[in-house]
Amino acid sequence: MKVKEVCQKINLGLLAGGEGLEREITGLYICDLLSWVMSHAVKGNAWITVQTHSNIIAVATLLDMSCIIIPEDMEVEEETLKKANEEKMPLLRSSQNSYDLVKEFLNHGIGK
Amino acid sequence: MSAIKYTFQIEKDDFSRAGEASSSIKKILMQVGSEPSLTRRVAIATYEAEMNIVIHSDGGTISVMIDPKCVMVLAKDNGPGIENIELAMKEGYSTATDRIREMGFGAGMGLSNMKKCSDEFSIESKIGEGTTIMMNMCVKEGE
Ligand SMILES: Nc1ncnc2c1ncn2[C@@H]1O[C@H](COP(=O)(O)OP(=O)(O)OP(=O)(O)O)[C@@H](O)[C@H]1O
Ligand SMILES: [Mg+2]
Repeated sequence: MKVKEVCQKINLGLLAGGEGLEREITGLYICDLLSWVMSHAVKGNAWITVQTHSNIIAVATLLDMSCIIIPEDMEVEEETLKKANEEKMPLLRSSQNSYDLVKEFLNHGIGK
Repeated sequence: MSAIKYTFQIEKDDFSRAGEASSSIKKILMQVGSEPSLTRRVAIATYEAEMNIVIHSDGGTISVMIDPKCVMVLAKDNGPGIENIELAMKEGYSTATDRIREMGFGAGMGLSNMKKCSDEFSIESKIGEGTTIMMNMCVKEGE
């Protein structure tokens, strides 16, 4: 399913990187240790993380992830939004926590 | 076709630009049509090398030599060097400060990620002089 369609099904706010909404989501990955993510996440993953600094855009881009989702309405730095736009990496935000987000994904059969 | 070489300058503590060298290298590889799983391995290895130079060193360079089937990466910094390389290579070992850990670095996985991604990996370090990492990655049979 495309990032665009997932944004419509689950209430996710688009913060930046709107030019990447056609990317295909192949699964979810949740972790906040960047070099752990680097070695375990794969292409197409939607990545849920509480890290909000601009380096997350480099990580997601290098791994060809489909989007980044920031949970629990966390504040995101301006620099991160700028990088997300440059790299066309969708940066989304939800009021829900990671666990409830996963439940939503499963309810909609996303990433199965 | 002969190998093309690029060198990137990496500044110490420059978190706003950290990741730009590895992102540029990945873009070059995609432009020359490099095989996707080789591109992925180079992306991971150069990212980890770049972040280590930003976080742990006084600054340095990353060079890549690209030819159609293999990519050679040379990461070189100006110190302070690594005292115990064997310990530094252990997964989970990190000297990252609390501030750096809060940003999600410091899992102690970077060096072992680099090694895992490489077909050949070597690291040399001298206290007071610096650290040099050489990695060679080639397209695998059947890819
Ligand atoms: N270029 C370097 N110069 C000096 N010390 C280094 C350098 N690279 C690594 N080290 C030392 O080796 C340790 C292990 O490095 P490694 O990349 O495996 O983990 P890390 O950088 O601490 O955490 P992570 O990479 O998981 O975010 C570092 O904590 C640091 O002490
Ligand atoms: Mg590291």
